[in-house]
Amino acid sequence: MQRIPEFFARMTGDEKHEWAAASTIDVLWVLYDRVLNVSPATVDDPDRDRFLLSKGHGPMAYYAVLADKGFIDESILDDWTSWDSPLGQHPDRVLVNGVEISSGSLGHGLPIAVGTAIGQRVAGSAGRTFVLVGDGELDEGSNHEAIAVAARLDVTNLTAIVIDNQSAWYGWPGGVQERFAVEGWAAATIDGRDHEAIYEALTARYDRPNVVVARTEKSY
Amino acid sequence: MTMREAFIKTVTEALHTDPRVAVVTAVISAANFPQDHERVVDVGIREQTMVGVAAGLALTGLRPVVHSYAPFLVERPYEQIKLDIGHQDVGAVFVSIGASYDDPVWGRTHQSPGDVALFDTLPGWEVHVPGHPEEVAPLLKEALKNDNRVYMRLSLHENAQAYPVGEGFTALRYGKRGVVVAVGPVLDRVLKAVEAEKADVTVLYASTIRPFDSDGLRKAVADTDHADVLVVEPYLEGTSAHLISESLQQIPHRVRCTGVKRHAELRNYGTAEDHDAAHDLDVVGLGSAVRSFFRG
Repeated sequence: MQRIPEFFARMTGDEKHEWAAASTIDVLWVLYDRVLNVSPATVDDPDRDRFLLSKGHGPMAYYAVLADKGFIDESILDDWTSWDSPLGQHPDRVLVNGVEISSGSLGHGLPIAVGTAIGQRVAGSAGRTFVLVGDGELDEGSNHEAIAVAARLDVTNLTAIVIDNQSAWYGWPGGVQERFAVEGWAAATIDGRDHEAIYEALTARYDRPNVVVARTEKSY
Repeated sequence: MTMREAFIKTVTEALHTDPRVAVVTAVISAANFPQDHERVVDVGIREQTMVGVAAGLALTGLRPVVHSYAPFLVERPYEQIKLDIGHQDVGAVFVSIGASYDDPVWGRTHQSPGDVALFDTLPGWEVHVPGHPEEVAPLLKEALKNDNRVYMRLSLHENAQAYPVGEGFTALRYGKRGVVVAVGPVLDRVLKAVEAEKADVTVLYASTIRPFDSDGLRKAVADTDHADVLVVEPYLEGTSAHLISESLQQIPHRVRCTGVKRHAELRNYGTAEDHDAAHDLDVVGLGSAVRSFFRG
């Protein structure tokens, strides 16, 4: 994590979404540092774990982690969002090594993640799918289609991470965790800054899809 | 056998022979595919997730077939088609039933004349509009072999016979006064109208309308005495107008487009034939278009 602040400082001009990056950085770090079985050498391995950043806002955190782990050259951070840069304020899987989905418009990643998890199952792969959404993003109805159907489709290799920085416009009655649990997901709420808690939650295995609600403050 | 039955039979056979093929549905037709098959996924009445799941399957190397009634396959999850399929740069085969108004007793909610025009706003999509059930299987088998983005529009309406399929127009009749392009199931009506009017025109048939056969159109026009093109499409009128203009940009030409009219949202039920008549897509209306456009 030592170089992350430096990487953040090299990407300027997306002040609107800096808080989003600040909210996701700890989960992203633990994922790529300790959880995902993917590396720059295995980005095309069909048996890799797949991480889908559904909440494409604030990708400085994503790019910073990808740079730190060697998926992208850190030198490209300096001119991000310029004409020739592969790094936009929403990530593009065609342009950025290691990025599994292009995102930005909210509410797309979770349904796609159900599909990649089923695809991994069909292939007999041990790979898992992780998808990160925001609690505000959960306002999009497409997420609720996917939340409702994932357990029915027995997608046990799917883990959703909800960054809960209290951005949902009207909140969720009973809390975000309950919204998933009522549909048959294994569900837990953790401190989104506690790396050990993140690691424990993301490596837990269940016989149903799993959601980890990572609570963070809105911060810069 | 209907086009829908031909589609289900072809895809079911492919499920058994091609380990890449998968099916994603949102209830409609779900019962017609093998049950408890690991590559058949029914998501319930959730069309946005239907497309998202298909994209996820494609990202893992599968070849998803996505199917529903046209308005629910194309219009409702349009952003998912744009982003989950197109922007992720993956392929899929979308197959609709219902066409523009196959079942008009169900009203406007079940009509989708703008489906091909919507796909036309997105790059890289093939569009097939078969005119006969026997055209479905060869088009579909070819689509399943590839990795590209394909839309296939099935209808209850069909021509009396099938024609060879593949990219490019098929000339069925030759004349000197101009060219008529007939897409999919409107062909028989076009041929009857041309015969009734004794019009000296070339008739081109297309079951594949994207990619657009610009070379074929230019050649047909070059063999006539007038660069006059009437295009008859069973969906939103003028959907292919921009491609005809682009194809003939070096030639002074006239174009008339006939299809489902843009200016009115019909609140009538009745039969598909009633709607054809309202949109001048019956033999009488098409005859009038042929007579007035190719006059002189």
